[in-house]
Amino acid sequence: MYNAKAVIAGIVVLAVLFTSPFWMGYFGSDYTSTGVVLPKGEKSCIEDTDFMRAQHMRLLNEWRDEALRNENRIYVSAKDGKKWTISLQNTCVKCHSNYKEFCEKCHVANSVYPYCWTCHIIPTEGK
Amino acid sequence: MFESLLLVLLIGAIAWAGASMGLASLFGVVLPYAAVVVFIAGLAWRMMYWAKSPVPFAIPTTGGQEESLDFIKQDKLDCPSTKWGVFWRMVLEVLLFRSLFRNTYAEVRENDPISKGPRSIYYSSKWLWCFSLLFHYCFLLVFIRHFRFFMDPVPSCITFVESIDGIMQIGSPRFFMTGGILLAAILFLLGRRIFNQRLRYISLVNDYFPLWLILGVVVSGICLRYFDKTEIAQVKIFIMGLTHFAPVSAEHLNAMFIVHLTLVCTLLLYFPFSKLVHMPGIFFSPTRNLPNNTRRVRHVNPWNPPKQFFTYAEYEDAYRDAMADAGLPLEKQPEKAAE
Repeated sequence: MYNAKAVIAGIVVLAVLFTSPFWMGYFGSDYTSTGVVLPKGEKSCIEDTDFMRAQHMRLLNEWRDEALRNENRIYVSAKDGKKWTISLQNTCVKCHSNYKEFCEKCHVANSVYPYCWTCHIIPTEGK
Repeated sequence: MFESLLLVLLIGAIAWAGASMGLASLFGVVLPYAAVVVFIAGLAWRMMYWAKSPVPFAIPTTGGQEESLDFIKQDKLDCPSTKWGVFWRMVLEVLLFRSLFRNTYAEVRENDPISKGPRSIYYSSKWLWCFSLLFHYCFLLVFIRHFRFFMDPVPSCITFVESIDGIMQIGSPRFFMTGGILLAAILFLLGRRIFNQRLRYISLVNDYFPLWLILGVVVSGICLRYFDKTEIAQVKIFIMGLTHFAPVSAEHLNAMFIVHLTLVCTLLLYFPFSKLVHMPGIFFSPTRNLPNNTRRVRHVNPWNPPKQFFTYAEYEDAYRDAMADAGLPLEKQPEKAAE
């Protein structure tokens, strides 16, 4: 093998780089559950759980457009036809009133930093 | 072209069907591990194979004035004569694709005003350089961004990259510019092969397949982020399970995620055996990694057999008597040799 030192060094660097997802995980903590604390007292959200988990950001974006651009403050749930007031502050945060135990649990772990709180007040339960 | 497109669609469809049939663990757990092993072992095998191949001639690319007399200025980056110069040329080649920047396009122009008839013209063409640079850097950034699923807590540098990438604040989830540019660049690289007749003539399945495959990865990824969403907290739990060698079930994840993962695994499996190995290959290219010092240093072909030398002393020993008879001058006279 020619230039054996350089080639082996190259192979080692490459192997270390491309296995980084495996060994880098050990520097931090494991992530086996989101640890989200759901609001007590309420059984269901405005849509079903799967939809809310995957699509809540789209819903919130549409709510913003409806409320601020189209002046429509009524949302009809696709789940049961129930009518809800389009308002983050008065509808969502009424139940999901603990930012640290709810929003942040997934958002920080997955590096999602939406710009909700540049206008809205971060809900801190009991403070 | 269509065969390779169909092949990629088939892989996607198999993954989709597999995920729907409850084989998500096969596509989500077994395949990624196999793909990573094949990828790393395949690359190592490729590099060893290249390292074992001898370089018979010194064939560095000379893109400028070579080292000469003191008063002639050497083009140190395009025609390096030292290892250090080769290093810098390689750095520029890898980071900025300098040789692609010199790309020219040849065309026969009918009814040219200068020759009053057809004339071949050559001009500098920077599109390929521009889009391949965009493609490679956006792919790198997208790859780095994905580390938010591999690490907990997410390092601030990745969050910073994401904040710059999504700085336009379009939509929710925020539109990442690298994803869009990557899609545009891959479509250019594909369109180039399809619509340029000469290029289409020389393009084979192994040219189209990686392009369609990467397009599939990009489209499924964009689709997962903006349209057919999956819950990324569950994705992260699943991915962290894989990287900690404690796999969790993939049954509850969106089938589109399994398609994305399967296409990425196909890319990893295919990578070491395709033209995509130009990633390590660039460093093994004799036209790039040799200094242009052929006038000072003799390049010995490593596969030359050992030389059978016949020195003058041995020659004289063999023919001394005949040489003495012919009256030729000798270093040792015959009487002396006999002593």
